[in-house]
Formats: sequence, C-alpha cells, structure tokens
Amino acid sequence: MRVGIIDYGSGNIRSVFKSFEKAASLVSPKIHIKVIDNIKELNELEKIVLPGVGAFADCMKGLEKQPGLIEMLTKKVLEENKAFLGICVGMQLLANYSKEYGHTEGLAWIDGEVTSIKTTDSSIKIPHMGWNSISFGCSHSLLKEIKKNEDFYFVHSYQFNVKDNDFVLAKTHYGRDITSIVLKNNILGTQFHPEKSQIAGIQFIKNFLEWTP
Amino acid sequence: MLKTRIIPCLDVKDGRVVKGINFVDLVDAGDPVEQAKVYDVQGADELCFLDITASSDNRNIILDVVKKTANQCFMPLTVGGGVRSLADIRSLLLAGADKVGINTSAISSPELIKEGANKFGSQCIVVAIDAKKVKDKWMVYSHGGRKETGLDAVEWAKFVVEKGAGELLLTSMDRDGTGNGFDLDLLKEITSKVTVPVIASGGVGTLDHLVEGVEKGGASAVLAASIFHFGKFKIKDARKAMTDAGLNTRL
Repeated sequence: MRVGIIDYGSGNIRSVFKSFEKAASLVSPKIHIKVIDNIKELNELEKIVLPGVGAFADCMKGLEKQPGLIEMLTKKVLEENKAFLGICVGMQLLANYSKEYGHTEGLAWIDGEVTSIKTTDSSIKIPHMGWNSISFGCSHSLLKEIKKNEDFYFVHSYQFNVKDNDFVLAKTHYGRDITSIVLKNNILGTQFHPEKSQIAGIQFIKNFLEWTP
Repeated sequence: MLKTRIIPCLDVKDGRVVKGINFVDLVDAGDPVEQAKVYDVQGADELCFLDITASSDNRNIILDVVKKTANQCFMPLTVGGGVRSLADIRSLLLAGADKVGINTSAISSPELIKEGANKFGSQCIVVAIDAKKVKDKWMVYSHGGRKETGLDAVEWAKFVVEKGAGELLLTSMDRDGTGNGFDLDLLKEITSKVTVPVIASGGVGTLDHLVEGVEKGGASAVLAASIFHFGKFKIKDARKAMTDAGLNTRL
C-alpha cells in the first residue's frame, strides 16, 4: 500500500514522515510511506496525508501553486474515495473558508468555517499550544486503543467550526469546544498533531493506516 | 484541559550537552542524541535543543546533530542557535524541528520574527529572551548572554509578540544553573503582559520550583536542564510534584 505525504512547502514534513514510518513498521512491511511533490506520484496513492503548519492562506497558496494538484486531490478523495488525513491546517483546509487574515476559500469538502479561537478571557493564551485531551462519544476503528480523554499535542490559533455536528468525531476544550477530529466518509482531519503526540499519536496513525473507510 | 508542559533542555556546545552556571563554567552532560532518546522514553512534553555558541562563534547550527536528535523524538522539538534567515528556519524544519528559537537575530533584525511568522506561522517562532537584572530593571542580553543590548526585557517581550512570536522562552541569567528557583518577579511581569504562552527557564533546583513557576509566575511551560540531565529527577517525578500541587499535567 502506498501512502503519500503531500509536500507543498509547508512545515514539518520530516516529523510527519518519521512518525508514519514508525507506525507503518508496526502494521505491515507492505506499507510504503512517501513524501510526494508531484501529481504523477499522487495518482498512484492509496492513502493521502496533507500536513499543514502555517497560515491558512499561505497553505492554500502552496496547494494552488502546483498546477493540477487540487484537481487531482479532489479526484482521488471525492471520486475514488481514497482515505485522506488532513493535519492541523491540513484539516482546516477542508472547510468552505477561513477568516484568518481576511477571507480565504478552502477546499470545501466539509461544510464549515475556520475562525479565531480568541476569547475575552486573558488567561486563555493564544496559540493553543501543548497537550490537551480529546473527548468522544462513539467508538470507531480510528480510535482503537485510544483512551477517553487521551492527550494529544495541539498548536493553533484558529478552529474549524463544522456545520454538521455528525461529522465531529472528537472535541477538545480550550476556553470553548474545539473540533479535534473531523470525519466525513473517507475524509479525516485532526486539529492536533498525531506526529508529535508520542505513543497515542503513533497509535492514531496506525489506526489510520489500518482503516478501510 | 490544557496541561502544563515540562520541557528538558539540551544546551549543546561542540556537539555535546553542557550545563553551566550563569551561562559560564560549562560541564559536560552527555550526548544529545542519547539524551533525547531518554527524554522521549520518559515522556517529556517537548524537547528544547539550543546550540549555545552558534551566535558567539558566528557560525550556523550543527544540522547533522539536530537531525540525529530529531530522529529520536516523537514529541515537539524546538531548536535554537545561530538562526539568521528564513532559509535557516526552513532547513531546521526539514531537519526535524517543529519550532525554531530566535534570540540574537531577533534583536539585530526584528523583521525576521514577522517574516518567519508569516511564512511558517506564529506557532513556529519562539523568541528566546535572556534577561539579567540591572538595578531595578531586567535587561536583554544577546550572543548567548555575552552582549548587553540596552533593551528592557518587558518592553522587548511585548514588542516581539506584536511582531508575531508565538511563544517566549524566558531565561533568567541571574538564576540559570544556580538551582535557586525561577526569577518569579521577572516571570510574572512578562506573563501578565503578553498574550502568548511563556516557557519559564533558569534556576530550577527542586520540583517545588517548577510548581512556583506556574502558580506564582504564570508560566505555561517549565524548562529545566541539570535536574534532569544528571538524573536527580525524572520527568515523572516532576509530573507527580505538579499534579500533587493541583496543576494539570499529562499522563
């Protein structure tokens, strides 16, 4: 199985690659993790990972800069139903638009908007940075061996407000409720960074690699 | 609930972890790669890697050591030392860093903070401030504590946050390596005036000091080196002391 991490000039690709390799080694020697920066290779993937560190508009620009990339991603995910994981801004890009630095259109694969997590409470420091627990109501193979209230590593200043609550798999509290895992059919997104979340993070990635949407 | 982070710090010189007192009299504390492995197993919340002589030696950071260290971490890694340009930040991220600490260059060219935040996001830009009390004020020092800058630490902290720093790593030079505890007045002064998380650094000698940094100093994270490197305490001891004091920690 080929799993590709899309490199579009954003952030900590090496961290993501390393943790996926580690998780893959625990699942099967037949899983090949690759960093992808061209459309041809993207076409050959079974599972797609879109990491994201940085500003929403900057990440969107990075995707748009490579001709045909968004079209190919859309085809793989929406038509061929390949398993997709967006991490942090990579998840936020699934929304209709973001209000970070003005108004930027997203991929619009899951209805909702991205807004600031700022509150009037000055004890709530921004960015939301560090380990915070996720809460979830239902069981799902993606949450296998993950404890209720397990801590994951977050670092963000904006949040994805998903329109249809049915697509919110887990939430996290930081001054307010924040979507921490979103899931719509084969499209998965995490606000936290599984690649930085040690044992629980590797377990989550392992679950993603074993997942059949 | 967000947890208070416990961050061991590797001060690296010539590829070895060292620890000094008030930034001098350095003692060898081991191999960074081995230390990183130990802290990953212990479940540290983050790791900090500082190449402490990169600026004063006027050279770039030792990328290969950063890379080898990063390979041992599945936790967030902040790397600092000799970062002068956007290209430097990018190469550290490619080497496996998640956040980049800027100190000397933030002082000589504050625009780097803004450009870095725009390009890689605020969360990626940690401004490290080395402060020392001079009369009734705290002043900022650069080049690994070797040069006085004439900047007031509190004003400087507010300024770098406006420029786009996502986090501050605040070290008291007066307390560093003494084991006498954080400079709580300095810490409180800055945490109450900025909106971003502040990592308290410099002076931890006991586990109670870690608690004080959060309870009295208002820190979002506590950083320590010697108490962990020389095996005096493990991460889980720190966690227990903090939990017993009513703070939220992980695990």
